[in-house]
Amino acid sequence: MNVFINKIVEQLEIENADSLNSDTIFRELEGWSSLSVMELIALYDDEFDKQIGDTEISKCKTIGDLYNLATE
Amino acid sequence: MLQYDGVGITAMAAAVPHTVIKNYEYTEFFPADQVKEVVDKVGIYERRFADADTCSSDLCYAAAEKLLADNNIDKSEIDLVVFISQTPDYRMPATSILLQHRLGLPQSCVAFDINLGCAAFCYGLSVVYGMMQSRNIRKALLLDGETRSKVYSPKDRRSAFIFGDAGVAALIERDEKFGRSWFSLNCDGSRGDFIMIKGGGYRYPSSKETLIEKVVDEYGNIRSDEQGYMRGGDVFNFVIREIPRDIKNTLEVAGKTKDDFNYIVFHQANNFINSYIAKKMKLDTEKIPSTIAKYGNTSSVSVPLTIVSELKDKLQGEKTLLMSAFGVGMSWATGIVPFVDCKISEIVEV
Repeated sequence: MNVFINKIVEQLEIENADSLNSDTIFRELEGWSSLSVMELIALYDDEFDKQIGDTEISKCKTIGDLYNLATE
Repeated sequence: MLQYDGVGITAMAAAVPHTVIKNYEYTEFFPADQVKEVVDKVGIYERRFADADTCSSDLCYAAAEKLLADNNIDKSEIDLVVFISQTPDYRMPATSILLQHRLGLPQSCVAFDINLGCAAFCYGLSVVYGMMQSRNIRKALLLDGETRSKVYSPKDRRSAFIFGDAGVAALIERDEKFGRSWFSLNCDGSRGDFIMIKGGGYRYPSSKETLIEKVVDEYGNIRSDEQGYMRGGDVFNFVIREIPRDIKNTLEVAGKTKDDFNYIVFHQANNFINSYIAKKMKLDTEKIPSTIAKYGNTSSVSVPLTIVSELKDKLQGEKTLLMSAFGVGMSWATGIVPFVDCKISEIVEV
């Protein structure tokens, strides 16, 4: 999970990374925008070889939900 | 996989609207920092927008006249004209037929439109190359034009900063010097709603309702049902899987490797997607020309526009291009296309 959070921090260029955990609501993060979805999809493809689109991400609320998409 | 022998593009020309849109200054609807973030991410800094009374056909007409004049082509020898667009003049008749008359081409000319999006240039080449195998068509004009700026809402940040307008003309002739071309043409209608203009056809006809602007998502983007939308994440997810697969498959069938090409011309979707595919496939970026920064995404026109803009003096002698494009449908295509001494005109402004 920590590895995943680090990847999210890197991909989304989040500055205040210390407060992130699996319950963090990612859409409330400073720096989150509709473009971040593209970064996430690239992350899933590149790091986890997972094919994830808008539809799957739109159902997620927390970083834990995003992590589950990568590991399911 | 479709294969053709002894047919090729002998000349190309392009026309773009004179109006330059600076993307940072395009709209005041979104805060400047949000605009900058989007623009930098997609790598599109300028686009060309057609005036209200300029259509795709006008851009193609200007490109075709330039091509015909620069190469001293006898119009009576044009036996086929194909017009690719999803922004035609009218719902009917076909724009290609109006262009036959306007360009002064003979009535014996075969003319029809191809209604496909971003992948369409390879489709168009394949259709024309196929028809030219009959040997009774002396010269063909493939016209490819789009005014996508008129399609999308400036209040929908998912598409507002992406699309531009342009038209291209390509002269296609038979000559043994061209050798073999390969085209892989694909589609998946189950993803028809990834990119769509829902209203204005016959399934969902124009009405007061379809013209109403409304907030369409959690980000506050606004558009009507007669404006296009794009589910960018789903498109991206689809493309990064299917495009590398299709390119690999095409190379395998043709017995070629990615090093066998002088240039690799991608559909200019946006810089994020194109860079990702190039990185994922470990392609030599020196061989990948780009016009995304100055013309944006001109849909099906982007592949031939990039050739005209960036390879003007580079297609002398024998060259082989790999073309790859993807878009609305979903529809995607890969082409292995030989060029021999292709004459490319200067881009004209309309």
